Amino acid sequence: MSQTPLLLSVDNLATHFFSQEGILEAVDGVSFDIYAGEALGIAGESGCGKSVTAQSILRIVPKNGKIVTGAINLFQNGESVDLVQLDDRGQQIRQIRGGEIAMVFQEPMAAFSMVYTIGNQITEVIRLHQECSQNEARERAVEMLRRVGMPQPEQTIDAYPFALSGGMRQRAMIAMALSCHPALLIADEPTTAVDVTIQAQVLELMKDLQRDMGMALIVITHDLAVISELCDRVMIMYLGKDVESAPADVIFRDPKHPYTVGLLRSVPELGEGHTQELDPISGSVPSPYRRPTGCPFHPRCPEFIPDVCDVDLPPQIELAGGHRVRCHLYVQD
Amino acid sequence: MWSFILRRILLMVPTLMVVSVISFAIIEAPPGDFMDAYVNQLLQQQEAVDPAEIESLRKRYGLDAPTYVRYFRWLGNILQGNLGRSLEWNQPVSKLIADRLPWSMAISVASFLLAYALAIPIGLYSATRQYSLGDYLFTLIGFVGLATPNFLLALLILWYYFVATGNVAVGLFSDEYLVAPWSFAKFIDLLKHLWLPALVVGTAGTAGLIRVMRANLLDELERPYVMVARSKGLSEGKLLVKYPFRIAMNPVASTIGWTLPTLVNGELLASLVLGLPTIAPLFVGALLNQDMFLAGSVVMILSTLTLVGTLLSDIVLAWLDPRIRGAI
Repeated sequence: MSQTPLLLSVDNLATHFFSQEGILEAVDGVSFDIYAGEALGIAGESGCGKSVTAQSILRIVPKNGKIVTGAINLFQNGESVDLVQLDDRGQQIRQIRGGEIAMVFQEPMAAFSMVYTIGNQITEVIRLHQECSQNEARERAVEMLRRVGMPQPEQTIDAYPFALSGGMRQRAMIAMALSCHPALLIADEPTTAVDVTIQAQVLELMKDLQRDMGMALIVITHDLAVISELCDRVMIMYLGKDVESAPADVIFRDPKHPYTVGLLRSVPELGEGHTQELDPISGSVPSPYRRPTGCPFHPRCPEFIPDVCDVDLPPQIELAGGHRVRCHLYVQD
Repeated sequence: MWSFILRRILLMVPTLMVVSVISFAIIEAPPGDFMDAYVNQLLQQQEAVDPAEIESLRKRYGLDAPTYVRYFRWLGNILQGNLGRSLEWNQPVSKLIADRLPWSMAISVASFLLAYALAIPIGLYSATRQYSLGDYLFTLIGFVGLATPNFLLALLILWYYFVATGNVAVGLFSDEYLVAPWSFAKFIDLLKHLWLPALVVGTAGTAGLIRVMRANLLDELERPYVMVARSKGLSEGKLLVKYPFRIAMNPVASTIGWTLPTLVNGELLASLVLGLPTIAPLFVGALLNQDMFLAGSVVMILSTLTLVGTLLSDIVLAWLDPRIRGAI
């Protein structure tokens, strides 16, 4: 891992939403690094700030949302640029979007505009980032559709999104994101909106493409199975904080944070041969407007230490083998 | 697309048939016929009424035949381009309408263009800068425009125009061009007079359209596909026009159909106040006097225009949104 170059470094990122109800701290101090060609999984419950983290990287946070602190450094050709400092409508970030960093969105039905053919929407991004004629762009789009396993790409390219099945749409979405050979692909819940049978195909496809194209991948999901399938490293988020991050095999074998432990226990396993008690995490995610003091997980934590966890925010603790955790249990004094 | 337009036009035929029945029913609805109104008029003028003469007139105009016979006779004549004779004006209906319809159309089209030319950019501005000072200002102006009755607006503008210029802004032409043959100067003169009725008739529609445009666009701007387009590196302006704007235009385009008849309604009061030679005052007169051929023809023509308007808006919709092309 040390010889591969650093691609993206997110340092203490905080993105807040400002509305009349108050300030929503969607992302509140998240740090992680991605190396070229690596796959990182970001997991957590709904509303933990996974998607907003991805939107912050591309600077496409919805209105009312604002990056309040932190840095997002993108390393390209020996130079680094802090994406947070860029004008979010400027030329520089627009070249990075779709070109260097591309994104696959959750719902292919809503993510494509229904009034243009998928070919129109794919060639658009090719023409934006590559010098080529309309015909060349079309050929490249057909090629990319073929590569993602779209049947009859020459005909399908002229289909409107509403005429395609969910799985086909998600393939088209992936083709669109990959059409400019990005260095980093962010996949936000890529399999949530498709059938279970299609899910496996989409995951397989993403794995193959990542290997073939040598790009880095961020997979955002609430489904730990997706992560075990695709990712080298995992970051677990809870209420806008990165509570634990580790290599994927380590986190499944030896989770440290009580939240991660609970998350892994609440996943049913197939083929056990006996009836299995599910062990859900008690309580529910608190309102993001009324964030608990101290460690955000303490009201639900089985290992809660009174007068510590509800008072102090736990520091980021480095364990052996690139394993980091934010928990008072591992503070050594 | 072409097959959509063809199917759409074919569908108009049965609709037009129904419209003709309804038009006929409307003019038949009030008790009595033109002869009764004519007799009343004569009696009021204290003239002698000869029942035999009335009966023979009735026979001559075919008013004594059963309803369905009169309907088919009327419809047959219309299909041959003969709209009948106005009993009140003692002129062919087609001539009366031909004299006035162009002015109604001119005012309608002018106010329509004015409404869209104002509403679309303002709606776009208001939606992309929601809750800005400009948005609040346009919202305020829009609500005032929506709430002000046309005729009041017409009177106010007439008065201010008179105070400011000393001229009375009545009619569609200046005196020297009134009977002059068509020339470029006459056309310019028409444009100079047309803006006022266009403004009066179009204000409420413009204000309504601004609200529709703003609300639609605000909805569309929140859609995932806008974020996707942004994530591809499109500039904000291009993105806005290509994606959300096209969808937001959809309900605006559907209003084209009913804009035409609403303009005729709106035109009536404005025409009465501004003294314009349009269809609306003619129509009201015909209804009051039970001048049935004239009234029926006007209803028929307005309905046909509405259908044409709906056809136009459907074609625009199908062009905007491919999902609609397969709908009929």
